[in-house]
Amino acid sequence: MAEQWIKPYGDTQDDGRVQLSFTLPVPLDEVSKEGARRLALAMGLDEPAVVHAEDMGQGFSFYVLYGQSKHRIDLSTIQVAKPEFEVLDKEGVNALIAEKMGRKMVVVGACIETDAHTVGIDAIMNMKGYNGHKGLESYHEVRAINMGAQVDSEELVARAIEERADVILVSQVVTQKNIHLDNLTRLSDILEAEGMRERIILVVGGPRISHELAKELGYDAGFGPKSYAEDVASFAINEWIKRKAA
Amino acid sequence: MAHLQLDQARIDRARNSARRIAGRVFDDMDRSTTTTVERATLRLMGIDGVDENQVPLPNRVVDHLQEQGLLNRGAALAVAAAMNEQGWTAQQVAEAVAAGRLVLDGGGDDTAARNTADALAAQSCEHIAAQRAQRAALIGNSGENGEVAQPWLYLIVATGNIYEDIKQARAAAEQGADIVAVIRSTGQSLLDYVPYGATTEGFGGTYATQENFRLMRAALDEVGAKVGRYIRLTNYCSGLCMPEIAAMGAIERLDMMLNDSMYGIIFRDINMQRTFIDQFFSRMINGYAGIIINTGEDNYLTTADAVEAAHTVLASQMINEQFAYLSGLAPEQMGLGHAFEINPELENGFLWELAHAQLVRQVFPDASLKYMPPTKHMTGNIFKGHVQDALFNMVSTVTQQNIHLLGMMTEAIHTPFIQDRFLAIQNARYVFGTMRDLHSEIEFKSGGLIEQRAQAVLAETESMLAEIERIGLPSAIAQGMFAEIKRTATGGKGLDGVIAKAPGYYNPFPKRMLQGGPRHG
Repeated sequence: MAEQWIKPYGDTQDDGRVQLSFTLPVPLDEVSKEGARRLALAMGLDEPAVVHAEDMGQGFSFYVLYGQSKHRIDLSTIQVAKPEFEVLDKEGVNALIAEKMGRKMVVVGACIETDAHTVGIDAIMNMKGYNGHKGLESYHEVRAINMGAQVDSEELVARAIEERADVILVSQVVTQKNIHLDNLTRLSDILEAEGMRERIILVVGGPRISHELAKELGYDAGFGPKSYAEDVASFAINEWIKRKAA
Repeated sequence: MAHLQLDQARIDRARNSARRIAGRVFDDMDRSTTTTVERATLRLMGIDGVDENQVPLPNRVVDHLQEQGLLNRGAALAVAAAMNEQGWTAQQVAEAVAAGRLVLDGGGDDTAARNTADALAAQSCEHIAAQRAQRAALIGNSGENGEVAQPWLYLIVATGNIYEDIKQARAAAEQGADIVAVIRSTGQSLLDYVPYGATTEGFGGTYATQENFRLMRAALDEVGAKVGRYIRLTNYCSGLCMPEIAAMGAIERLDMMLNDSMYGIIFRDINMQRTFIDQFFSRMINGYAGIIINTGEDNYLTTADAVEAAHTVLASQMINEQFAYLSGLAPEQMGLGHAFEINPELENGFLWELAHAQLVRQVFPDASLKYMPPTKHMTGNIFKGHVQDALFNMVSTVTQQNIHLLGMMTEAIHTPFIQDRFLAIQNARYVFGTMRDLHSEIEFKSGGLIEQRAQAVLAETESMLAEIERIGLPSAIAQGMFAEIKRTATGGKGLDGVIAKAPGYYNPFPKRMLQGGPRHG
């Protein structure tokens, strides 16, 4: 593949212009300002300039900087993990489930463990959906069970067994010190232990989730921001068909 | 200030419905108590500390009384009887019970036990009243005297570590925050006990413990003296231990508590009866302590659509208002909540936000309205997010909201960095300053889009409340009328902690804390 080297664009090709802002845990003075500039230099920015600096009180100071990235990247060398399937609309998904499964697809979803934020799971599962994209509850051929927030992994798995779920959908929204990784690993471990991992299509979503991360954690797919119910449903039916054929 | 033409008779009818809705729930629930109400009672009587397994002593005593079949007469009586018999303090009784050295049998002279419980309750109320007086004095010294440029800036800290929280809270106060809320560790709402001591490990927030309350109070008093303002401290009086957190907050002089009558039922799947009983007792303590409660209607709009469900917010606020009156709160202690959550892509969405905020202001002229920033439609585009927050700030000042939770441009990304707060405060101060008197300079066009929208939401609210009055609040919740989430009267967590009161049940606090009985709104 032909090389495709790029760097950030400000107003001229390859000028490398970037902006950044950060806080330093020291009061503002000439030394801290120069320190901020040198940090940018150490980060790989040429000709960094502190365009704004302000004292924040309590021994903290805030900086806005511009600089020129020394680095560039060859896009032709990059491979990104993506779930490979065709995204259908709601009617398309319904038709495919009816045709291939001959019954409703059962999806059990929850925000697991410590996470109390249902925005993500609700956007995918609830009738109304999000941003004009109807949720799974509105799909004729899907039985969507949204267990809500702070559901124990054990409880979720028990419900999935009870409902004979085809898909488990988990959401992790708020994260601190990467607790979402522990939560997600725990769920996948429990499914393994119950001998259910093979039978379940395991999907995770959230603002900090990528497909790549999901695969690393042992999930079948991961959905980040700007994913809607039809993306998740399309993946699920696609994966179901693929497994059936295998 | 700018006014919308609203039909006062319609507001009155809606409020009367809400009064009857809340009254009926109150009458039904007054027949029972809960484990956490009894534990709160013991905390107020001076029982604190944990056993060797970190189980709080109030839990040990209440569990013991439940095993003995005595909890239905109230924990206060059994403990007071043992105090009389042994000549011990309440704490000594609790320690002996926990150590297995004492069995409470409910024996002894009931009248003497009541007198002892009453004396302890009087002492406890004196302490809380003194804290309330000290708050008033500190506010007076700071020169605030109600003259503070409202809205108050409300900021959140959520590091999980009380000592980091303190650092961030002090910085926030120096930068201009009026209110600091310490977010609780996720999951605490479902713990059926209150953790003990100073804590440094929490997820998404810091455990609410009495020691953490005390540490943060001291830090805010100190920085408040430095910046010449009284910095208000907020925590979460919600979940399975609502009344106990209220007791701890009253003792340690917190100023605000998130304390909703229905939030736990809807969003935490806590049993309805448990929540209704707990919210009454916790609000009574908050009322007596001069604490401003914050209600959680903003949450409805994270699951339901902000345009279509606007009337559910107003209806819920009216119900929360009536529950608050029943617990003795004054209107200015009611931080009724709502939010700026309309999809930014919607044409004229700003008009509907303005209409709703102004409507709420006029329906509750004396309440300390709490206005919540955009969250649902915040994205990783922090630059757009900063603009969304600026528009929110504008509605807040134009409609004279009281408690202004600062929007963070990194809302959809992580718990705020220190500079996120700094920039949020700058944004709000800029908007509040540059538009300070705009509210008194503008009028809403009579019969215009904004006024029509407010009237329509009010009309829907009236009919929703009429329907809830017809079917009762538990059925309304069971049908998913709030936030589109359905909960049943016997479902959810914590029902096993609801106990029917036996004849002779006694609690020494309501008659002291509800002097003059419940208020009527």
